[in-house]
Amino acid sequence: MVFSAVGILAATVTLSACGSDNTTGSTAAPNGKTVGSQANCAPGTLRAEGSSAQKNAIEAAITSYQRGCDQATINYNPSGSGAGIKNFVAGQVDFAGSDSALKTDEAAAAAKTCGSPAWNLPMVTGPIAIAYRLQGVSVLTLDAATAARIFSGEITTWNDPAIAALNTGVTLPATPIRVFFRSDESGTTDNFTKYLKAAAGSAATLEPGKKWSGKVGEGKEKSAGVAAAVKGQEGGVTYVEWSYATQNGLGIAAIDTGSGPVALNSANVGAMVATAAQVGTGNDLALKLDYATKAKNAYPINLVTYEIVCSVYQDKAKGALVKAFLTHFASASVQAGLEKQGYAPLPAEVSTKVAAAIAAIG
Amino acid sequence: MSEAAAVAPAPALTTTPRGHAADRAFAWSARGAGLLVMALVTLIGLFLLWQAVPSLQANEASFLTSREWDLNATTPRFGVADLLWTTVTASVWAMMLAVPLGVCVALFITQYAPDWLRTPAAALVDLLAAVPSIVYGLWGLIVLRPVVAPVETWIAHTFGWFPLFAPTPITGGTIFFIGVVLAVMILPIVTAISREVFAATPAPHQEAALALGATRWEMIRTAVLPYGRPGVVSAAMLALGRALGETIAVTFIVSTLAPGSAFTASLFNGGETFASRIANNAAEFDSPRKTGAFIAAGLVLFVLTFVVNAIARVVVDRRKAFTE
Repeated sequence: MVFSAVGILAATVTLSACGSDNTTGSTAAPNGKTVGSQANCAPGTLRAEGSSAQKNAIEAAITSYQRGCDQATINYNPSGSGAGIKNFVAGQVDFAGSDSALKTDEAAAAAKTCGSPAWNLPMVTGPIAIAYRLQGVSVLTLDAATAARIFSGEITTWNDPAIAALNTGVTLPATPIRVFFRSDESGTTDNFTKYLKAAAGSAATLEPGKKWSGKVGEGKEKSAGVAAAVKGQEGGVTYVEWSYATQNGLGIAAIDTGSGPVALNSANVGAMVATAAQVGTGNDLALKLDYATKAKNAYPINLVTYEIVCSVYQDKAKGALVKAFLTHFASASVQAGLEKQGYAPLPAEVSTKVAAAIAAIG
Repeated sequence: MSEAAAVAPAPALTTTPRGHAADRAFAWSARGAGLLVMALVTLIGLFLLWQAVPSLQANEASFLTSREWDLNATTPRFGVADLLWTTVTASVWAMMLAVPLGVCVALFITQYAPDWLRTPAAALVDLLAAVPSIVYGLWGLIVLRPVVAPVETWIAHTFGWFPLFAPTPITGGTIFFIGVVLAVMILPIVTAISREVFAATPAPHQEAALALGATRWEMIRTAVLPYGRPGVVSAAMLALGRALGETIAVTFIVSTLAPGSAFTASLFNGGETFASRIANNAAEFDSPRKTGAFIAAGLVLFVLTFVVNAIARVVVDRRKAFTE
């Protein structure tokens, strides 16, 4: 009886973990009225689809937006970046959410559908934590090379000299390392392996990609699966979105980028995103994150998700709606509220550009 | 009187043609239902084939024997050897657990249980079938895993020299464990059907056996079991079909192997079944070629289930000939 009650409770928690991490929207409630930009608050319905990595963020933004603008309906279907782009190009949805900017051929196809260039607007920053469970070790520092060697199976125990060298003063147990990876294709895997490739140099042996390509470890289903697996396995380690690591009470490794250990927090994430180079032109704000950044206090493992929009909408009413909603989403108050969902707000350098681009949507 | 008699045949005359119409309508709707199902199965098969063929043509690896699954490269390489192995071993292991247990439960309910217990016991076992499979997944991971893990460790420690029980570094969802959870899930199917056939054993057979001095167990062995065998076989095959295709619970529990890991025949290794791999990756079907690769895997599962059912038919028909 007790067991089944626990099971059901855990069911609710785990299942909703991929959805809402906590009751979203309430944070932005007081601001909803002011940032809803009532002048643009036209009645209408927006359809959007794409990245599940930004699901909790966009849902919080939708809730607070609709509180101030109750005649607008926005539906976001978190079916994955690929599906979002596909349906955006097919004209099925009004904007897409994506973990990566449009590729050249996708951009051309999107421009054809829009009748104008499509823009990538960075909107949500999701840091990826290297999360672990290790009795008695609450502070752990890793660097890219060590992380790469852990995840490729070269380092097999927690008291390996390479880890010990980065953690002077910490007593590391001889527990075997259990690597957990995402068994589904995921933008998180893609970004994490890209980070390792870019920052770990010759130690990086894993091929970057959405599908894990390592030789060791156990795959688990989605973020909730890997986080739960590490929680249940002493010596476990995985890469997972920040919110899953904190909610499961896992240890989060600080990353030594070459200028000292950098802990995972909003300020450090913002510092890294601010160093990103813009690869898009004009208002196309596709970014190239510098995973190998050595900037002080810049946490390097991040995922930036974009909203992909038409620069000019053929249906003016639609354009106005997209503009109004994204203005709300990019506003400082909504961005600050995202921290509760495990995201980091856009740094000022990027958010001013995003605001300018949104204002230019026709 | 005579008036009534004269009136009486009149409705009979009018109902006869109406009866014919109703008869025809029923015959047609029954025929239509039958044809609809056949058309549906055929069309599903054709759909799978049609979607899978372009991907299979682009595939650079051997589809049936390769362990690779790389769809993002310019030339996709994928094969279902691993999936086939995990799906079949987990399902067969589940059957090995569930069929003997289910038959025993059915025998208990029909032969040993006191009358007042039969209905509630049967209802309880049937209730197992009503539990959603995601609940089995959660229950398996949270409650059952800590119970099964030490058993696995012990077996791997004691019989590790035998390839099926070789120890592996997998800590969570092993094939062994998936089989245990699947066994619980298919138990009600085996039990319910076996119960029905055992309960239908002709009383004279049983009474004759007892009259000849057979003990209860001898009576079951000589009268009940032979009579129920075709039913048990078809129950087992139905259960196997369910185990092969079970998706959510398996997806939830399973520990996927790292793509570069070496193959071992150990039951304590992880792996993915057809259904779990398809379900787990459905969110990322972004190109027809990629979708096609998963659909090709689905096609193999479709054929596998089809073959299992066909075998069941053959076995049941043959056994029937012997027993009757």
